[in-house]
Amino acid sequence: MDFNDILQIIISPTTAAFALAAIGLNFHYGLTGLLNMGVAGFMLIGMYGYGISVSHGVPAWLALIIAIVGAILFSLLLGWPTLRLRGDYFAIVTIAAAEIVRIIGRSQWLKDWTGGNTGIRGKDFKGPFEQLSPFPPRLIRVGPFQFHGTLSGSWWLILVGWVLVGVFALLFWRLNKSPWGRVLRGIREDEDAVRSLGKNVYGFKMQALVIGGVISALAGIVWAHGNAISPDSMGRTTTFWIWTMLLLGGAATVFGPILGTALFWAIYVAIKQLAPIVLPNLASTQVEPIALAAVGFGLILLIVFRPQGILGDKREIALNG
Amino acid sequence: MAKSNLFEGVASVPGAPKPDPILIADGVMRSFGGLVAVNVDHFEAQRHAITALIGPNGAGKSTFFNLLTGFDNAQEGSGTFNGRPLQGMSSAHVARSGMVRTFQLTKALSRMTVIENMRLGAQEQGGENFARALLAPLWRNREKEITEQAEELLTRFKLIEKRNDYAGSLSGGQRKLLEMARALMSKPIMIMLDEPMAGVNPALTESLLDHIVALREQGVTVLFVEHDMHMVRRISDWVVVMAEGRIIAEGDPHEVMRNQAVQDAYLGSHHDTDLFEERS
Repeated sequence: MDFNDILQIIISPTTAAFALAAIGLNFHYGLTGLLNMGVAGFMLIGMYGYGISVSHGVPAWLALIIAIVGAILFSLLLGWPTLRLRGDYFAIVTIAAAEIVRIIGRSQWLKDWTGGNTGIRGKDFKGPFEQLSPFPPRLIRVGPFQFHGTLSGSWWLILVGWVLVGVFALLFWRLNKSPWGRVLRGIREDEDAVRSLGKNVYGFKMQALVIGGVISALAGIVWAHGNAISPDSMGRTTTFWIWTMLLLGGAATVFGPILGTALFWAIYVAIKQLAPIVLPNLASTQVEPIALAAVGFGLILLIVFRPQGILGDKREIALNG
Repeated sequence: MAKSNLFEGVASVPGAPKPDPILIADGVMRSFGGLVAVNVDHFEAQRHAITALIGPNGAGKSTFFNLLTGFDNAQEGSGTFNGRPLQGMSSAHVARSGMVRTFQLTKALSRMTVIENMRLGAQEQGGENFARALLAPLWRNREKEITEQAEELLTRFKLIEKRNDYAGSLSGGQRKLLEMARALMSKPIMIMLDEPMAGVNPALTESLLDHIVALREQGVTVLFVEHDMHMVRRISDWVVVMAEGRIIAEGDPHEVMRNQAVQDAYLGSHHDTDLFEERS
């Protein structure tokens, strides 16, 4: 087994992007109890908002604002009819909305904008970000890690991605410990009780939805810069992976989403490497499905044996309680 | 214990006008499908008094409660609280205007600590605004005040040793106490208690009763729904009886029990309770 690969994936931009998405979900589920089953949809909104803008000549800073505004509008649109209803309706609507975004994105109808099912190629939108890189444009080796200075999954993207993770983890910490966070934790427990204490529950839930949605959209932009904009890699599986990461690390904690994401990818890569060793007759195309099945099995074990995750407090939040 | 002088000259008839009503409801109708749950022509609650709302199961007491507190909307009717119209007011708005309620099934936020539950009850914490929440100096002083107020109330309700425990670890009766104490954090002018004694052991019942009486002494108006007639008789100044969605009787707690309509309404569903016997 190649430990370098595991270390490499832990600090990679993909992991940073997923950690960011898990922090966004933590605002929804961990703090507020919103069952957002459409995290990938929020990520897609972010990457399309940025990618389509840049590929049509909009400056990067404006494209970023467009992506953020897009995520805010998407959150408001989803929250407006559903946040007054019981939590299950929100879950159903988010899973459907995320699929709608993906299917519209991959359809031929808006091909000139979204690129249809092939998406938007990296060279059409990564340029402005890569030009900002302070690192030399070549492979740079630091200890066991080797990444390019500017291109795709670069040191530059790693830096930006993990700084964003740090900033939003700090934001979560600050807000969770504030009176604002206390109202949301109250809502997570019992909306009617909080309402009876004079709080505008709908408004608070909407705020949490928008913040988590914007963070997820930023996660989508980071992910796209490490990969490409492709609707089909942002399907339901991605959403459930992010849920697994959050629950593994521990919802409602500051470091839970980060630890959960890093651990998830480390285990995922380890399984992919171990599978051909343990099962020598395995065809190479079967490795991925086996790793996916292992993720599902792991989620079941997690719910049974440690529903609060690694860092979570069972008295505060648990998936089965 | 009763403070009946507040009700001098008030007729013992359904919908009787009170000298100084804080809460008034007029022609309130709520039906679920074909079933009329509440149909109250007129109701007034006297300021600074303890009013009990009683009636057999299914009489519409809780629904009426929900309508008054904005947790449900009437199809018809109007109401005012402290001079302000209640129509279209959200439950949160009702609470902010000074009428706070508790629930029959206690809603202690069990995965939050006792002190956090209490703090949540306070009003005017600027830190509940998203932007201000980011800057702790803007809300830290208010937080300190809130915490002091909470600790005072917890001491009064004998929950101070539980300060840092999760509310989920409290007993049923302690949760009732916590819920009441939390409601008081907003310094309400009226408190609505939905079956405050349900599921509470006798020792705690005594202290709950004392707390309710103490609230009146502090000038808080109390309206409570209750099944236990002995409790109603002991602490309430005025009793309103509902049956089948309507108010069928009102009056002094001792007097109203002798009302034939009340006895009939109760005998329908409570024929085996010693409703009318004075407990020595």
